[in-house]
Amino acid sequence: MHGWMGKRLRVNLTDGRITTEALDPALARDYIGARGLGTRWMYDEVDPRVDALSPENKLMFVTGPLTGTLAPTAGRYDVVTKSPLTGTIAASNSGGNWGPELKFAGYDALIFEGKAAAPVYLWIEDDKVEIRDAAHLWGKQVPETTEALYAETRADARVACIGPAGENLSLIAAIMNDMHRAAGRSGVGAVMGSKNLKAVVVRGTGAVTVADKAGFLDTVARALPLAKKARITSRYGTAANINPMNAIGGLPTANWQESQFAGAEKVSGETLAETLLLRSKACFACPIACGRVTRVNTPKYRGEGEGPEYETDFAFGPDCLVDDLEAVTKAGYLCNEMGLDTISMGSTVACAMELFQRGYITLEDTEGLRLEFGNAEAMVEAVRLTGLGEGFGKKLQLGSWRLADLYGHAELSMTSKKQEMAAYDPRATQGMGLCYSTSNRGGCHVRGFTVGAEVFMAAMDRKATEGKAAFVIGQQNRQAALDSTGCCNMVGGLGPDLYGEFMTRVTGVAYDGAAYSKAGERIWNLERLFNLKSGLTAADDTLPPRLLHDPIPSGPSKGLVNRLPEMLPEYYSLRGWGADGVPTQEKLRDLALAP
Amino acid sequence: MSMMLIIHPDKCTGCRNCELACAMEHEGQFRLKASRIHVYGWEREGFSVPMMCQQCNEAPCTTVCIPKAMQRNRATGQVDLDAAKCIGCKMCVQACPFGNAAWDFATEAILKCDTCNGDPACVRFCPNAALEWVADTVSAQVRKRAFAGKLKQAFLEA
Repeated sequence: MHGWMGKRLRVNLTDGRITTEALDPALARDYIGARGLGTRWMYDEVDPRVDALSPENKLMFVTGPLTGTLAPTAGRYDVVTKSPLTGTIAASNSGGNWGPELKFAGYDALIFEGKAAAPVYLWIEDDKVEIRDAAHLWGKQVPETTEALYAETRADARVACIGPAGENLSLIAAIMNDMHRAAGRSGVGAVMGSKNLKAVVVRGTGAVTVADKAGFLDTVARALPLAKKARITSRYGTAANINPMNAIGGLPTANWQESQFAGAEKVSGETLAETLLLRSKACFACPIACGRVTRVNTPKYRGEGEGPEYETDFAFGPDCLVDDLEAVTKAGYLCNEMGLDTISMGSTVACAMELFQRGYITLEDTEGLRLEFGNAEAMVEAVRLTGLGEGFGKKLQLGSWRLADLYGHAELSMTSKKQEMAAYDPRATQGMGLCYSTSNRGGCHVRGFTVGAEVFMAAMDRKATEGKAAFVIGQQNRQAALDSTGCCNMVGGLGPDLYGEFMTRVTGVAYDGAAYSKAGERIWNLERLFNLKSGLTAADDTLPPRLLHDPIPSGPSKGLVNRLPEMLPEYYSLRGWGADGVPTQEKLRDLALAP
Repeated sequence: MSMMLIIHPDKCTGCRNCELACAMEHEGQFRLKASRIHVYGWEREGFSVPMMCQQCNEAPCTTVCIPKAMQRNRATGQVDLDAAKCIGCKMCVQACPFGNAAWDFATEAILKCDTCNGDPACVRFCPNAALEWVADTVSAQVRKRAFAGKLKQAFLEA
């Protein structure tokens, strides 16, 4: 095989059995890799109704066929499992260098099953694989864990691990690799913690091979300058989005009570570049380098690390009404160190702030934490407590939906399927409402992203609903395929023809743009089937009532709500699903998902 | 004209495109262990430095090479490795003060930058111009000018 390594490693943590299995070439062709292949295996091996934190759930680390090659941004892998936060399939994507290293070690994927009796980590050095004791690492934060593992394995090994949040089974815990990169969303870190698996350490010396070398290099030479076009992101990071989103009145503020933030400029990517930024940092094979290496010297928020990127910036900035970029940056550092998803963490603090504002929780509930909007110090402390699972952090670590529900106000949780949404108010950008509500992993901006067309390029009317269903479906399918290749959504704009070409030249299996998009559609539908089997229904394809009923109170998007009911039936219909949101047999046959 | 590879660590983002391009150029596959260039990264500081053969003038690898497989090429200003003459004694690996010659156990060959015969793949695929292939007289000027600029700034601010 080319591109694919042709092998996956299965590790049973209950009995310590480690087996190497051959990759099924037909499945690889149809599901590509990473998100797609992982979902197929989850569907085949795990009952979608299992408790996500039980030993019956499986935890899969899956690379794509392009991972480890020179295709722009081909450094990614997906963590695929059942999410304890949403109850849906989870596929959390991360960059850095860990994914390629797994392939150089000879494997496309790792599948963890069962649960270790005591904390362990896995050490992979090419074909040498061992489960090692991790008692001495338990309780350690991500940077300390990572460095301790460099020291006891190899300095050039790559580490993916959980921090205290994953150990404490926080439902918003991330898996961190290469210290600063996160498989952030859907609580995958808690699944790792539930298995007593602290880390996976990899060193590989083998090769990823390519079917058509000359052709591949030719495609790379054409793709590289196009990928570099994301210059604004190279210069200001993804937080370059703060100002344009604020300008149109689409930047969620104060737990989405407003959609413009007076302090936006102070927390913008431009301000970050002028103040805390030391340099840009790239993931493997990425010409964009959106990563922000930053340092804060002010004693109160002292720290060093990466970020904030746009979503982190929104969640701790506008959403908590905090305009102190150093506090926002510090909160992001703490998330990385504790192993927490920044979007869910920040949004959960924002939700707590609104509960506090409205008197639904008191100082007694928060154990003295004065969670007023704009209180930067309380926000940072809330993150620390959540990471450590102490005090009010024990409640925050459940995510905003369960937190708000605990106090009888689930409507104040800005989530879809219990997962916090990203920094694009769907009242201001109608298409995003459809993306959030139909996302197969709950609130998410990388399961379809209409903001590029609706705002940045202004190619579509952001306030209109016409044509959005078809547009979102196309995006969701292509994103599913792109994630499965092992490339980053930052190059998603390069289009399916180019990535189909990469797939063909790397794997030797013919994919044109249509076959590539079709694979994406197959993956999307399989995710849907998993979720339906887990008990979700069309009723879950929705948004918080605030976004459907409460118009944006002021600014350029004043008066708007999201008109989801105008889009959703068309979406189901164009998807080939019934009015109940269930894929028809005809559609499933068309996608080879039914005989 | 003699050319040389110049590294600008301040422009390196750690993407490792150079390693990938080098491995493909020389090995026909993405086996980064066999790249002639490696990027060393420090995660905590978020800093990275590419390392490859400096084509030394008084190259220790040539001095210790008994079969004279490693020899300085006066015309190009580079240190050439004639693989046909190499006996695999690995003395060059031990002699290189920078660790820029390596032994590849997979192919049983010495790995050393050959500048892709004057068109280095690492430079072609570096998206940030952190690697440059320049006439050696120019390369020194680049650094000098950059530093002179800093001095200028210091004097202007003083």
